Amino acid sequence: MEHIELFFKSIFIDNMVFATFLGMCSYLAVSKKVSTAVGLGAAVIFVLAVTVPINWLLDQYLLQDGALAWLGEEYASYDLGFLSFILFIATIATMVQLVEIVVEKFSPSLYNSLGIFLPLIAVNCAILGGSLFMQSREIPTLGLALNYGISSGIGWFLAILAIAAIREKIRYSNVPAPLRGLGITFIITGLMAIGFMSFGGMLTGGDEETPSLDSNPENMGIKTEQIQEENTETAQTVEVSTITKQ
Amino acid sequence: MGLLSKKDSKLILDPLADNNPITIQVLGICSALAITAQLKASIVMAISVVFVLGVGNVVISLMRNIIPSKIRIIVQLVVVAALVIIVDQVLKAFAYELSKELSVFIGLIITNCIIMGRFEAFALGNGPWRSFLDGIGNAAGYGVILIIVGFFRELLGSGTLLGFKVLGDPISKTGLYALGYENNGFMLLSPMALIVIGIIIWVQRSRNKELIEE
Repeated sequence: MEHIELFFKSIFIDNMVFATFLGMCSYLAVSKKVSTAVGLGAAVIFVLAVTVPINWLLDQYLLQDGALAWLGEEYASYDLGFLSFILFIATIATMVQLVEIVVEKFSPSLYNSLGIFLPLIAVNCAILGGSLFMQSREIPTLGLALNYGISSGIGWFLAILAIAAIREKIRYSNVPAPLRGLGITFIITGLMAIGFMSFGGMLTGGDEETPSLDSNPENMGIKTEQIQEENTETAQTVEVSTITKQ
Repeated sequence: MGLLSKKDSKLILDPLADNNPITIQVLGICSALAITAQLKASIVMAISVVFVLGVGNVVISLMRNIIPSKIRIIVQLVVVAALVIIVDQVLKAFAYELSKELSVFIGLIITNCIIMGRFEAFALGNGPWRSFLDGIGNAAGYGVILIIVGFFRELLGSGTLLGFKVLGDPISKTGLYALGYENNGFMLLSPMALIVIGIIIWVQRSRNKELIEE
């Protein structure tokens, strides 16, 4: 159940593109044709599925506070968390190179379809973002980390596939000249993101708060603001009641 | 600008408008849009990117003759990651609340395409001083867009700027709110950042017809 929940949550509710804007550069640059979009999307799923579990292991056994306890008592107090950026990005860059070499060796046909995209992926924010969100959301097990990598990759794949299909169609529409190309793509993505927001109530039936709220910085801002407003409101009602007493 | 030659000042001023990294070159949209709901976060993000890109461009430019071209991507990533760690630690030390709010998006400066793009396109082929100017210019062009988006989203979304209630108080109904004005909470949600940028591109391209795409 935990797995199914995380799977659908990462694809629809916390969609990489629509909820957190990760991987927007390649999303905008490579979405002119459906066939290339499919290639890049597949490569992203693949690389995320490899790097997120590896970075999970690094995080658990090297970086977290007290993670070095397996080396012996005297190492238990080390916290190497500040090294996570450099270690994660190094892992990603080397894994991408490694994957490229392995795929070229064992599956030339897959290499031909993915090959040009693999170097691009090392600097795709969706990949590093996947690892950083894995760390900040404190995913508990290796299995769930693998699940998170694959499902957020699928979410990204769906997003780029959808925008590529729309951009192929929109070429025949009469868009205002200054909006053509980039401008209209931004606005369509915004509208699609609004559509994807409706998945927010999917896991809870819409009654409770959506589970994605806790990790999204913007929503955190909104929540604290609401709380502040409530506080000031209660303060005001207290004031009013004291005034009426006088 | 007496300090800079004409060519040098062009390096700084070009990316601010006609060759803006976000609206024209389509670089670096990734890590930035999610944090523009508040002006303060946008400004901090802009300053961080100016620092990382300015210093990073100088470092890469100084090393450009000794980096083997095959592993240059990894070298570049390590340089950026080191600079971003500095920014992250400074923010955690001096502005902890804000760094919590920005969460992973400071880390994502590493994969910001503007940075890799400028390293590849400029710092690898130019001297340190010009690379520095180029870095500052491009990061400022990026920051300008962030600040514009942050300004409109905070103003229309919560009626404040940098936390000050510029439009009056929505609860006690002063200022504009006395006339029945309501905040548009929709502006605080992430999709509106995309639409605001779409509109900025629209305005920019209608003013400058040369930029229109076929």
